[in-house]
Amino acid sequence: MPRRRARVRSLLALIGGLALVTGCNTSADTRAEDTSTPSTPAYGDTFIQASIGDIGGLIPSLTSDQSSHEVGGLIYDGLIKLDKDLNMAPAMAESWTYSPDCLDLTFKLRKDVKWHDGHPFTADDVVFTYQTMINPKTPAPFKEGFLLVKDVQAPDPYTVRVRYDKPYARAVETWGTYMLPKHLLQSFAEAGTLRESPQNSQPIGTGPYRFQEWKPGEKVVLTANPDYYEGRPYLSRIVYRVIPSQATIFLELKAQGVDYVSTLTGMQYSRQTEYPAFRKAFNKFRYPASDYTFLGFNLRDPRFADRRVREAFAHAINKEELIDGVRLGLAREANGPIRPGTWAYTDKVEHYDYDPEKAKALLAEAGWKDRNGDGVVEDKDGKPFTLTIRTNQGNDERKKIAEIIQQRLKEVGINADIQLIEWAAFIKEFVKPRRFEVVVLGLGTGTDPDQFVVWHSSQRGPDQMNRTGYANPEVDALLEAGRSSCVQSERVRYYHRIQEILAHDLPMVFLYFRDALPAVASRIHGVSPAPAGILHNFNEWYVPKTQQRYTSG
Amino acid sequence: MALFAFRRLLLSIPLLIGITFVSYVVISLAPGGPLDFLTPEDPNASPEVKERLIKEFGLDRPIHVQYWEWLKRAVRLDFGRSFLPDGRPVLVKIGERLPVTLFLNLIEMAIIVGLAVPIGVLSATRQYSLYDKITTIFVFVGFATPDFWLALLLMILFGVQLGWLPISGLRSLNWEYLPFWQQQWDFFSHLVLPIVVATFGGLAGFSRYMRQSMLEVVRQDYVQTARAKGLSEGTVISKHALRNALLPVVTILALALPGLIGGSVIIESIFAIPGMGQLMVQSVFSRDYPVVMGNLVIVATLTLVANLVADITYGLVDPRIRFGGRRGRR
Repeated sequence: MPRRRARVRSLLALIGGLALVTGCNTSADTRAEDTSTPSTPAYGDTFIQASIGDIGGLIPSLTSDQSSHEVGGLIYDGLIKLDKDLNMAPAMAESWTYSPDCLDLTFKLRKDVKWHDGHPFTADDVVFTYQTMINPKTPAPFKEGFLLVKDVQAPDPYTVRVRYDKPYARAVETWGTYMLPKHLLQSFAEAGTLRESPQNSQPIGTGPYRFQEWKPGEKVVLTANPDYYEGRPYLSRIVYRVIPSQATIFLELKAQGVDYVSTLTGMQYSRQTEYPAFRKAFNKFRYPASDYTFLGFNLRDPRFADRRVREAFAHAINKEELIDGVRLGLAREANGPIRPGTWAYTDKVEHYDYDPEKAKALLAEAGWKDRNGDGVVEDKDGKPFTLTIRTNQGNDERKKIAEIIQQRLKEVGINADIQLIEWAAFIKEFVKPRRFEVVVLGLGTGTDPDQFVVWHSSQRGPDQMNRTGYANPEVDALLEAGRSSCVQSERVRYYHRIQEILAHDLPMVFLYFRDALPAVASRIHGVSPAPAGILHNFNEWYVPKTQQRYTSG
Repeated sequence: MALFAFRRLLLSIPLLIGITFVSYVVISLAPGGPLDFLTPEDPNASPEVKERLIKEFGLDRPIHVQYWEWLKRAVRLDFGRSFLPDGRPVLVKIGERLPVTLFLNLIEMAIIVGLAVPIGVLSATRQYSLYDKITTIFVFVGFATPDFWLALLLMILFGVQLGWLPISGLRSLNWEYLPFWQQQWDFFSHLVLPIVVATFGGLAGFSRYMRQSMLEVVRQDYVQTARAKGLSEGTVISKHALRNALLPVVTILALALPGLIGGSVIIESIFAIPGMGQLMVQSVFSRDYPVVMGNLVIVATLTLVANLVADITYGLVDPRIRFGGRRGRR
């Protein structure tokens, strides 16, 4: 699900069965119908969105669920935001500057920002937000970025100076966090009772929408903020309806009871919505989501320690076939872990075509030959190459991937079983203790290309994210350099090199980036697909006067 | 009778405590804790947040201490606050969901009883007739149909194809702006599908029960007698047979009382109705102990009360039991 305002919280979470990881995106698809027929923007109308789960609370810094962050992103604002190309852009800060050593970061704040209750937003609120985030009493799940800060000062009401001990590449990104109102929250933050504060049910923010009501389990209603510093958004009212059933959401969409879904399934996109009435009422879009699916090796397994075996796997797998069979063509080949279309991405890496003969030759080179003519390759002691492909239960896509790969491996003489395990048990019993041979899993990419936790050799512990057990000193050095520089042109070089090495080393076979497949009611104009998806300019969406459906509000 | 009720009431106190203790232990022993859901599988999540919350929720203490603390507060009707990030009081969370579920279930129950009694009576008095066979088939089809499937079919037909009824939710989004009568109609039209689906499934058991009970009664001697003295068939059935056949039904009704607040998870999820069923399932899945326990206490209390009510009403409507009891005590 694309986050409403590409909120700059880092995300590298493993994608679980149902746990959808944020999917922001790149280039728009040509199939999307033209929505930008010229017409005059108009205020008004209600935008209805379905959400599968209720929000956890209305101070999104304390929550980790998708819905809270979507709603929170409209009520609250950060100092910076991401623009349509996923670059950092000014929000409540008009500008920011680094000192040459990357240790001092200074934000200049806009002077015209007001909280929804009329109080002016100043540097004090920024300092307060920082202090709240690092306060051990604050149960915020994501505070790493703030713990690296040395101190934050407000030399005047519209200047914030942040200092770091070590250069931190994601420093600016950190400050895209939801700014909290000091005048309303100070006592609660100090007492560690933020969760019980009125703010958690009646939030006051600085964002484009004001909170109107939250009926738990039913809906959240927001209204346009007429005093928003970038101008009042056109859509007057936003309703998040909680609909816990995926099937019901789709029916509501067909009956035009909701105006937007963040992602259709492949089947819905290419078959079930392909009828004239739906095409008239909705525009469908398509762009690569931020998470990729891979086949990961356990590099501690001596068989996979040999790069030739890994390369053989890469040649044995037909990615095109996977994308057609599993995603109905609605995905793009992945050749590395960086999202295509972002500044750190490069395509100039080794590609591995589907070539079973080459795979067999590589296996033979590595000592795996069919010595007894049974169709399965054996090592020199006559031990056959057998393995188990493991993935989590309840994810149909991954199950199909495992089945197709099983067939392809058989062609090159490798005997694979498939085991599907319930998500929690899968992570706890197999992935964390590294008791696997190969796994099919997904990984989300954050807005920043830093993937230190996934590839650095120091991150191979049981609770850490380097699960293949990959270790390459050159990559380690590049990751360290990449994360401690604040100069993008320098960082680009590091990340391009990392992608080259990863594509050569093949700690995993990168399979594909799924496409996000949102649908938006066609009466909504101004939707403009970009690398960041479609929600980046949400405040500019509008419904022409003649097409408005909901007059009241 | 009063003494009997009082004794039963006293006895249910230790029973209730026992129930809560077992529930508390069971939910605490279930794999995973509330924090596995609050702090996600994410490299950027801070581990110390987890420890801090364990302390705050008191989950670091031994389980019997935790239970004792919970019990001390629970007797004062303080069920604490939810573990979820909204941190709202348990009673508020339950309170905002209870009315919907109760309302829906009462209507459902009324419709089920209203339909099942005549269906049962008619098929009993016309045993093995065409009518009996048709209703039997109808009722069993209802019993065997998965309700989520039926719900989806009806939603597609009436919601998407014909557009006569809303698909999900309880009210339209512009409800506040509608005139009074349209508001009522709007609410009613949202209820039609969930109630139809729920009653269709519930009809079978009840009508079969009614039929069975009626079949037994019409074979009794006093029904023969009533017929023999020349009463019309209608009077025989309604006055002599039905009244007696309804006795066991009263018990079932009373025992169905706790079910009134339970709510059906499937129907609530598919029709997006924010009721008790959803709350209970969500809190179990997220190991939100305070909400789970609050819910359980209510259900357990109602079950005990319902048992008591069933026993008492049974005595009230059936003189045999009433007098039998009195003789026993003498």
